[in-house]
Amino acid sequence: MDLDYFKLIDRVVDLNLDEKRITVEAQVPATHTIFEGHFPGFPTMPGVLLTEAMAQSSGWLLLGLLKFERMPFLAIVKEAKMRGFVSPGSLLTIEAKLEHEGSGFAVTKAKGRVGKELKCSAEITFGLTPFPDPTMRVHMDAMANKIGFPLQAITHD
Amino acid sequence: MSSTFDQIANIIAETCDIPRDTIKPESHAIDDLGIDSLDFLDIAFAIDKAFGIKMPLEKWTQEVNDGKATTEQYFVLQNLADRIDELVAAKNAAPGA
Repeated sequence: MDLDYFKLIDRVVDLNLDEKRITVEAQVPATHTIFEGHFPGFPTMPGVLLTEAMAQSSGWLLLGLLKFERMPFLAIVKEAKMRGFVSPGSLLTIEAKLEHEGSGFAVTKAKGRVGKELKCSAEITFGLTPFPDPTMRVHMDAMANKIGFPLQAITHD
Repeated sequence: MSSTFDQIANIIAETCDIPRDTIKPESHAIDDLGIDSLDFLDIAFAIDKAFGIKMPLEKWTQEVNDGKATTEQYFVLQNLADRIDELVAAKNAAPGA
């Protein structure tokens, strides 16, 4: 998890395009300036970052389902629930599943766990648009490689 | 069983916090009810789920942008209800339906 660059997902553990779901891991850093303020004496991952992590997990799922032909952009977050504190150094495992693919939008449900303990969940809607800039597409390819996104999974139907 | 219009009016009322009695068959979703594109995503999701369809929003938008259709054809609620009925009928007529 690179909080400074807002890259919250470290690796894809499983991508199942038939079942339209993904499992990823995100290692919460043991130290970061965020934890100095949030909160002194009780460092904990901000809920907005857990929500963003669920959105990024869902985004990777959608990129796979869309074969990287369109980019999902966060549009709506519903029912975001922070169910437990996530401490520095925790390994967060996030599962995201496609709830609905509409015309130009998609809805996912995501859940984040530390171990077996459910820490957060949300229903997230994305707008699906062509990549607004080729640089972004190249960047997403590089990121996909970095996090072990199984690109071979989207090259054959 | 409530009409398609009643179902979508209820969805809009609930999704956009618009009083149900102000939503009429002749209401234009954008011009009269002030529904923006983000709220319409939410409405589309609810309609898709309720009717088991996929409203072709991108196709409709393209047709409007190309001047081949007017927004009234898709966004006046009775017309939207008619489009939804057509989509449901097409789905039910499809092989394996």
